Amino acid sequence: MPAIELSNVVKRFGEITAVDGLTLDVPKGICLGLLGPNGAGKSTTMRLLTGQSIADSGKIKVLGLDLPKQSKQARARMGVVPQLDNLDVDVTVEDNLAVFARLYRAPDVPAAVNRSLEIARLTDRRKAKVMELSGGMRRRLLLARGLVHDPELVLLDEPTVGLDPQIRTQLWTLIDGLRSAGATILMSTHYIEEAERLADEVAVVNAGKVIARGKPGDLIREHAGTRTVEIYGPPHELDAHREQLELEGVSVRAAGPAIAVLDAEQAPRHLIPDHAVERAASLEDVFVKLTGEDAE
Amino acid sequence: MSADSEAVAVETAKLRRFEPRAISAVMSREVANFRTFWKGTTFSSVLEPTIYLLAFGLGLGSTLVGDVGSIPYVEFVGTGMVATAVIFSSALPAMFGTFVKHHFQRTYDAILATPVDTEELVTAEVLWIGLRSGFYGTFPLLVTIIFFGLDPKLGMLLVPIFCMVTAVGFAGFGVSVAAKAEKIDQFNYVTTLAITPLFLVAGTFFPIDQLPEGFQVVAQLNPLYQLVELVRGAAFGFQTVDILRFCGLVAFSTALWRLACVLMQRRLID
Repeated sequence: MPAIELSNVVKRFGEITAVDGLTLDVPKGICLGLLGPNGAGKSTTMRLLTGQSIADSGKIKVLGLDLPKQSKQARARMGVVPQLDNLDVDVTVEDNLAVFARLYRAPDVPAAVNRSLEIARLTDRRKAKVMELSGGMRRRLLLARGLVHDPELVLLDEPTVGLDPQIRTQLWTLIDGLRSAGATILMSTHYIEEAERLADEVAVVNAGKVIARGKPGDLIREHAGTRTVEIYGPPHELDAHREQLELEGVSVRAAGPAIAVLDAEQAPRHLIPDHAVERAASLEDVFVKLTGEDAE
Repeated sequence: MSADSEAVAVETAKLRRFEPRAISAVMSREVANFRTFWKGTTFSSVLEPTIYLLAFGLGLGSTLVGDVGSIPYVEFVGTGMVATAVIFSSALPAMFGTFVKHHFQRTYDAILATPVDTEELVTAEVLWIGLRSGFYGTFPLLVTIIFFGLDPKLGMLLVPIFCMVTAVGFAGFGVSVAAKAEKIDQFNYVTTLAITPLFLVAGTFFPIDQLPEGFQVVAQLNPLYQLVELVRGAAFGFQTVDILRFCGLVAFSTALWRLACVLMQRRLID
């Protein structure tokens, strides 16, 4: 039985269809990265899984429990780490955790607090008020709060959004530790590197639907080949290169000041200028190819 | 199924609608936060009625106003100010607190991701405000007893219960307003058009039988007026009609609590 099963789920907000026939399953014991651009429906999907949004149609099961009917039972067995910091800033680290241990009905609140403090490496700051913590510590505390009841399933909603690289790396280490310990993780992100490093499998979501699913390496091979070539130059030259390559049926995407030629080993060599830079194909190539170049 | 997962299944099967443990857990968050600002709240709860009683009770009482019936004006105001303390420590914190926790702090998103339903969340919020108001609402009465010579009576032990019941209703009102508000500025309309008139026609500073008849009818429908009458009953002698007054306050609080649950469910679950 998968930890999460969504079948043809639709969620509309007035005229906007945020989730449009989403079908997705998350097997137990894996970390699935839900990768998509802003507005793809990732956060709505997370809210559907916690019962804070009710689907207009389709079926949702979490840990074998039907949502929204058994949402409360499901929430007791999952931990949620939100995108935004919603800690109580005037309260101490351990009191923040103790409140959530009670909310999750942890049978032994002090033990639950101690365990989660250790996971987040915050034991020595337990008496500190949240407002006294650094940004990285606050994110670790948010993670600890979601794990305070030792959940079977962890939902991470953009866990490192807006963080500097050092803090992001700290959190990745913690999330990787969870994954190694066998927790089932659903992690929404729009950071390709995050999905590439942490996820066993990636589901690319766009316009409320899963448009590709697989292991990162498999997705790259399937959609972007093995090598990518980046061509740099003035915009009018890049436009000309792009036009010629696309006439030959080669996939090309904009890559900031360059164009990226996907599956470059299949491209006619005479269309690749000498100054082009060759590199391994990446999940970013897949992501942009599948979700388009225009962000909302 | 392993022994661990069986234990989890048994534990989660116990989760049902409207659980006391969920309500107490949400209240424990309020307690944790309150511990960080209780001194300021207590300070103003003692000082404010003292200043009011000095200004209105002694100032007006010794110059312009004599006794009201057979009650010295300072005692009339002191007992009436219990209602003032209740509305300002229930409706306003509920309105602003709910709005801030929902829109700015995102506290409710975090709580509703745990096994707590909106009904439990709202119940905990209004109960906590009720408890706090029940406690702090008695401060004007204590100040009047300690500094202004009001005789303590056994019936006054019921005052925290009267305050708490009324405060739950006004907390429900505040939560309901916050559930419908799109911007925090909209609370100005509610304060001006609802809270201030309710507070002024509660019989705190003057007896309502001095008002035109229409106002007297409106005042009878004002829960704060009923609270003032109950507090004066506790201080100067209950009447049979006070049982009806109390039942009316219980009905008011129950209705506003339910309204708050319904409106917050619509606001928080989309």
